[in-house]
Amino acid sequence: MTVALPRFALQAPDVSYRAYHVWQRNRDVYLRLWKSEAIWPLAEPIITLLALGLGLGGLVELESGQRYIEFIAPGLLAVFPMWAAAGECGWASFIRMDTQKTFNAIIATPVSIEDVITGEIMWGATRALINGAYVLAVTAMLVLLDSPLAILSLPVIYLSGLMFASISLSFTSIARSISSLNYFFALFITPQFWLGGVFFPLDGLPDWAERASWFIPTTHVVAIYRGLVEGSLEWSHLGDLAWMVVVTVVFYVVALFAMRRRLIQ
Amino acid sequence: MNEIVHARNLVKRYGDFTAVNGISFDVHSGECFGLLGPNGAGKTTTTRMIACVSPVTEGELTVDGLDVRREPRRIKSLLGVVPQEDNLDPDLSVRQNLAVYARYFDMPRAVADERIDESLALFQLQDKQHQTIWALSTGLKRRLAIARGLINQPKILVLDEPTTGLDPQARHLVWQKLRYLRSQGVTMLLCTHYMEEASHLCDRLVIMHQGRILVEGTPDALVEEHAGREVAELHLRGPQREKVLARLAARPGLTVEEVEDILYVYARTADGRADMAELAPESERVVYRHANLEDVFLRLTGRGLVE
Repeated sequence: MTVALPRFALQAPDVSYRAYHVWQRNRDVYLRLWKSEAIWPLAEPIITLLALGLGLGGLVELESGQRYIEFIAPGLLAVFPMWAAAGECGWASFIRMDTQKTFNAIIATPVSIEDVITGEIMWGATRALINGAYVLAVTAMLVLLDSPLAILSLPVIYLSGLMFASISLSFTSIARSISSLNYFFALFITPQFWLGGVFFPLDGLPDWAERASWFIPTTHVVAIYRGLVEGSLEWSHLGDLAWMVVVTVVFYVVALFAMRRRLIQ
Repeated sequence: MNEIVHARNLVKRYGDFTAVNGISFDVHSGECFGLLGPNGAGKTTTTRMIACVSPVTEGELTVDGLDVRREPRRIKSLLGVVPQEDNLDPDLSVRQNLAVYARYFDMPRAVADERIDESLALFQLQDKQHQTIWALSTGLKRRLAIARGLINQPKILVLDEPTTGLDPQARHLVWQKLRYLRSQGVTMLLCTHYMEEASHLCDRLVIMHQGRILVEGTPDALVEEHAGREVAELHLRGPQREKVLARLAARPGLTVEEVEDILYVYARTADGRADMAELAPESERVVYRHANLEDVFLRLTGRGLVE
């Protein structure tokens, strides 16, 4: 008697340099559409700095004596690139995956689905970097940066971009429709924007809330930027970096497996 | 190697559903091989397994001697795929679509540029090369999708329903291009539910139904063997229908298939038309024609082309 054993479908991810071709494809489309793509990320940080930094900031007095607009500047460096990476690997990736069937077109070539995922995340992080460089330039021009170390935030922005892109693409790979992504943005990204230590100091919060904030990615990103922008780096920032690396790797692997499951059937 | 695709007892299951149920076929170098059958017959699933984007459940499948389970990247570098769904890059220009695609194959820029010029000329797309995709007609998009599939000079071009949704003029233009490619020795695997397309283009074909292969052969031989030469379509109702059916049973040279309100009468002999003409007077409407692949399918499955 023969018994049919279920085959193990678990396969090692097949990632290669061809991920770069996927990145190049996204860059080419961006360069063709940049005029309409760029307006939102260009306008929003300035509006926020004016409205909250100057407008609301006029009414706020911080315990540390720091000007409010200076307090929120490093936070903006964290959250706008977060939006750029999450949006790119959320809505934009979903459209490429589902509406345009771009992923299907690509995996009919020697490029693997894992290459596609890797290229998408690299591109999401690149969008974060473009956005972050711009916010950095704006805050520098407004003389809100105290330390030349601020320039070091660029590599951190890329890392945080990889992290948010990976998290976002994990959700995209299991989203049923583009509107299911609303849950991710409403319940995950937007709270980070408002509650991640950008607009008010977390040490003023009750104990439980401060502890809970440790689980929120932006908390760690913002902590590093505050150190860089204010020139006050501490050893604890290495912990923040490690936290980001671990979360990035975990969600990258989730995205790899979930997307393979979705598209290779 | 003469066999480009080699499939033996190929099976694809999705849970309890068997999409492809133990099929075997070979595609030889230089021929246009057809997978013909209705939607849901398992044609697209078969091409997805060949293109290494759908894991094989059971059986043997090689492309140019390479196992699809072991060497997907090498196989994919040898394939040209023209999918049924339009998945061109809508925001890029015609030329950029080809250039971006060539890059996926690690093609050097200069080589790609040369090939792009050639294929734009072949597919009459030079004037449109800087246009964005969303401005193109369906027919132009389909031509571009075929040009894209040829960019790596594939060992085999896999086409899934290449003319579905095209108007007759655009369809004939696509057929003309595919005939030209065939004359140039390009090996093709053509999936279609469109019988006329298969008889137009295929050297050899299999007819698929519910995941199985029913028959294999050249279009002419299949028609000759399974449907004969002449067909009469009789539109009949009620008692007349019964009378004609009774009379038909007494004539050994004729066979009949009933589909809804039409009787298809097949004659194998040369004077079949005269034989059939005697049945005609009592019918509301009679159409005589030559037998084709659709009749073969009808004869083999005993029912209409339904999903």
